[in-house]
Amino acid sequence: MSAQRERLPAGIASGPAARSDGGPPAPDVAAGDPSRDSYYGRPVLNAPVWTADIPAYFFLGGLAGGSSVLAAGAHATRRPLLARRAKLGALGAIAASLGLLIHDLGRPARFLNMLRVLKPSSPMSVGTWILTAYVPAAGVAAASDVTGLLPGLGGAATGGAALLGPAVATYTAALIADTAVPAWHDGHRELPFVFAGSAASAAAGLGLLAAPTREAGPARRLATLGALAELAASQRLEQRVGAVVSGAYREGVPGRLMTLSKALTAAGALGALGPGRRSRRAAAASGAALLAASACTRFAIFHAGMASARDPRHTVLPQRERLGR
Amino acid sequence: MSALEVRHVDGGAAAARKPLRVDPARDAGHADPPPRMGFFTDTSICIGCKACEVACKEWNGVPEDGLDFKAMSFDNTGGLDSESWRHVAFVEQERPLPLRHPDLGPGTEAEGAPEIRWLMASDVCKHCTHAACLDVCPTGALFRTEYGTVVVQEDVCNGCGYCVPACPYGVIGRREADGLAHKCTLCYDRIGDGLEPACAKACPTDSIQFGELAQLRARAAGRVEELHAAGVADARLYGADPDDGVGGDGAFFLLLDEPEVYGLPPDPVVTTRDLPRMWRHAALAGAALLAGVTATFAGRRPA
Repeated sequence: MSAQRERLPAGIASGPAARSDGGPPAPDVAAGDPSRDSYYGRPVLNAPVWTADIPAYFFLGGLAGGSSVLAAGAHATRRPLLARRAKLGALGAIAASLGLLIHDLGRPARFLNMLRVLKPSSPMSVGTWILTAYVPAAGVAAASDVTGLLPGLGGAATGGAALLGPAVATYTAALIADTAVPAWHDGHRELPFVFAGSAASAAAGLGLLAAPTREAGPARRLATLGALAELAASQRLEQRVGAVVSGAYREGVPGRLMTLSKALTAAGALGALGPGRRSRRAAAASGAALLAASACTRFAIFHAGMASARDPRHTVLPQRERLGR
Repeated sequence: MSALEVRHVDGGAAAARKPLRVDPARDAGHADPPPRMGFFTDTSICIGCKACEVACKEWNGVPEDGLDFKAMSFDNTGGLDSESWRHVAFVEQERPLPLRHPDLGPGTEAEGAPEIRWLMASDVCKHCTHAACLDVCPTGALFRTEYGTVVVQEDVCNGCGYCVPACPYGVIGRREADGLAHKCTLCYDRIGDGLEPACAKACPTDSIQFGELAQLRARAAGRVEELHAAGVADARLYGADPDDGVGGDGAFFLLLDEPEVYGLPPDPVVTTRDLPRMWRHAALAGAALLAGVTATFAGRRPA
């Protein structure tokens, strides 16, 4: 009797049960045949070795990038509290994310090896250089605002950070899409828009939490815009990746995180539009909901990729279909 | 006749006879490279002895990674990763044996018992023509050698782990002990001295053949035709087509069943093929974010 048929790891569709007399199992086309679809149900791909550092970084990078744009708008339209707090939020978020990025390396002491080369074929390399330009801009923008020193340079840095911020927020989508992980790669058109929407939600959330209601008008509008973008793009993402792979976004932990994210996004955006206009407390609660929603989205996408990499059907079935088999 | 139909009829022999138009070593900047070297693993003559796994570990100093019983036939290795650069797969199938030696006479199985076909195959890094691990490596630690192979420089790798999910075959891994990426080097330290890689040297049946890729491909095409003539209709080449999603493999295989049965992807594609589109969409999304936030400042200013 084939060991392969009897000993499948838990969680893999085990297909038709072996007959007790040891004869061949009855064919069950609908359930598939794991011994034909995979090697003992083992993954084809090696799953990413990344830990929670990485989705946390995606969230914080999006928060920083979005906040820098919000800060520049506030700076230009003379909303001083929103501007200052968004600049400080951006700097804090990006400083924390640099720590996470270095911590996630197998050899953190060699972090600077990232700066040996600039490789356009590697989104991680390009992203490192984007951060290398963005971090000083965000730092100078925040420092000048807080100290009042060199306002001209501070203004230029605010503008620079606002131009680089969207790149910080969306290059990470190209980074995970540029892998063999089906849930990420097959969604490479939609992921950047999910990340941009999620970054907008996060920045709006921070603005609502940090700024007084009279200055928070743009943050309230951004909450609606970010929510709509994020919901629409996630919907398209799940459709694009196809029936088999979309399971990664709908089932298990990532599925629950995705649902939670959508609920928090809707609650946050509606709260900001309604009671958040007048009540400082309601605005802060809406902001917190939006920040949490953005984090949930990033963790959902991260865990969907991990699940997708570990499921041989995600790799094999779409490829087989492509070959017309 | 489409490429797919050709593959069905001749098991990929025609694809293996296509000229190797891309020279990855030359593309990587090697001015006058030696011929591209590779592996042809003919699984139809693999006996599952695992000498390749042992020789590889010995020569390359690859650490032991657990002496496990995996309940996967004779496979206690599982798959390729940082600690396993060769992996012998064992697949048991109930089906008549196509290659019964005439001197053996009728089968020795008990009346009514199924005939078991045992597939064995030694898997290894494919040394792709278009290698995703190398493309995405942000430090340049992964590089293309003059032989057209792909090797990690341990002193440059910072352990970012990007190469791991980039590989469409699940080959490269990050080692817990040193935090660095590791995989088959096609014995870069041996082939420069005119030696064959340790696994090929140890293989007792020549299932693992090392040599100039162009010669190996011609030999493999002949072997498929030979097997087809002998009645082994399932024999087919895997990774021998220079027009596949990775531009063909530097290490390719003769298989007796579909690739996924051995844990191999049926139609792997180098992820960076779609990178220009990813960058375009990321740029569009970034521009939309900039425009969207800017739009929220339109209209009335605060009192």
